[in-house]
Amino acid sequence: MKEFLEGSHAIAEVIRSCKPGVISAYPITPQTHIVEDLAQMVSDGSLKSQFVNVESEHSAASVVLGGSATGVRVYTATSSQGLFYMQEVIFNIAGMRLPVVMTCANRAISAPINIWNDQQDSISLRDAGWFQIYAENNQEAVDFHLIGYRLAEDKRVMLPVMVCMDGFILTHGMEAVDMPEQEKVNKFLPDYDPLYKLDPVKPISMGLLADPDYYMETRFAIQETMKESIGYLADISQEFNSAFGRDYKDLLVEEYQLKDAEKVIVAMGSVCGTIKEAVDELRSKGKKVGLLRIITYRPFPYARVCEALKNVTKVAVLDKAVSLGAYAPIAVEVKAAFYGKKKGPKMVSSFVAGLGGRDITLETIHEIFRRLSTKEVNSDFVDLKPELLKEEYGE
Amino acid sequence: MKEIRIHARAGQGAITTAALLGFGYFNEGKYPYAFPNFGAARMGAPMNAFVRVDKNPVRLRSQIYEPDYVIIADPTLLRGYNCFSGLKEDGVAIINGKDDLELPKLKAKQRVFVVPANEIAMKNIGRPLGNTALIGAFAAATGELKLDNLIEVVKKRFAGKAQTGNIQAVKEGFEFVKAKLKG
Repeated sequence: MKEFLEGSHAIAEVIRSCKPGVISAYPITPQTHIVEDLAQMVSDGSLKSQFVNVESEHSAASVVLGGSATGVRVYTATSSQGLFYMQEVIFNIAGMRLPVVMTCANRAISAPINIWNDQQDSISLRDAGWFQIYAENNQEAVDFHLIGYRLAEDKRVMLPVMVCMDGFILTHGMEAVDMPEQEKVNKFLPDYDPLYKLDPVKPISMGLLADPDYYMETRFAIQETMKESIGYLADISQEFNSAFGRDYKDLLVEEYQLKDAEKVIVAMGSVCGTIKEAVDELRSKGKKVGLLRIITYRPFPYARVCEALKNVTKVAVLDKAVSLGAYAPIAVEVKAAFYGKKKGPKMVSSFVAGLGGRDITLETIHEIFRRLSTKEVNSDFVDLKPELLKEEYGE
Repeated sequence: MKEIRIHARAGQGAITTAALLGFGYFNEGKYPYAFPNFGAARMGAPMNAFVRVDKNPVRLRSQIYEPDYVIIADPTLLRGYNCFSGLKEDGVAIINGKDDLELPKLKAKQRVFVVPANEIAMKNIGRPLGNTALIGAFAAATGELKLDNLIEVVKKRFAGKAQTGNIQAVKEGFEFVKAKLKG
């Protein structure tokens, strides 16, 4: 049934329907509403789960690591500095092959302190061994958590999933969401059946020391699983579509107006809605433009990107994050995808926009399309304020 | 597509106002997207909330710069801020304030309604939270939403004494503007 809900509340509702046995989180803007709502649900008895209050995100991640190791479904959520404080444990969770699902309410990174949206937080943890799936709207944010648990707990996978949703824009945005019915959720997402678990009756050890004779194979195994999972994502999303009446193709990328497109923007997350509006505007004026939306950033869908963009002349990659001193994160992947390929765009330009909540408007998107007409650029910042860039020293 | 921009200070209930309007549109089969933009994260800081509504799901995620309607929950924001910035040629502004409020010169087709929403709220709710009176006034001034629908929305959102008081506030805000329109 369609309901008009705040994004955070919708996430709490769908997490309740997934019945995690352990929830642990530490509040941080803009993630807070999600865990406040879950804490309320546990308190009023509508969700039977152990909600563990902790003194930091490092502990929250450690609690869900431990919880998952004992063989129960777990959940946590965080943002920005909170995610960074979890980092050490984040890598451990993947290394231990624990199917933790987390919401990252995307927010900028300090300093200077900034509570607003960009995607620097999750993107900075791209190498951790977690799936990263980015929602464009709150419907997707809800659905991706269900798909996330199925994927994470799939015995062929056994890796954690981070569902990324833009802070404020989605977490605090209210819109219509078709909430999955409990019965259908039960069918799609059966109880978690762990391969191994910590159990005093049948004791095992997890997360042991692996010396140079053993360590490399553990990383190789995750790398292989990530590659194979591209196919599993497609299968699971098809199954999800038939269960819930949605239309996700393969959850890797979305192609929007790509047929005959000459200029295409590649982007990720809620900004893709704004880009679609701009594309429609330009198409109505006869301009051959389009959008390629990256849905799954890890594992990165290189083959799908190549296939989608092989006939496009000019590509603009829009990053809401930077890799200071290097090419922007998504741009690196798109450029790498085409290296050595015979067919591909003549130009892959890279733009940085929307950092720290700088509003991305239709005009921002038009500006990117305009800049794509000239020579190739890298990490070209859009919407900078020149008056703030004047050099001023001392008094 | 219609766009509403709400000007308020953090703590004055602008998000609730946006949510209530959003619920109203949702009940009438539209697709609203209601969202806030915070300034400094503290009480009293100027902030905006927005409602963008269409017959199809809203994809545009930017803030609102050329609103069809503005709702100004705190008239002190008129000093130092151009709350009318980008208001459409035939736009409507609803302002929580008193009759003697000084207003900037507006365009010929733009309309402004100054509504004593705080007084209405004090009388009915006992606190100076004019949001429900303002959405009533909005409905009357714009014809965008039906009064009965807004009353249903308020019924769902509030319980007990707050419910009765807020329903009355919606009605009085609505009637105040209706009376103005009759002149």
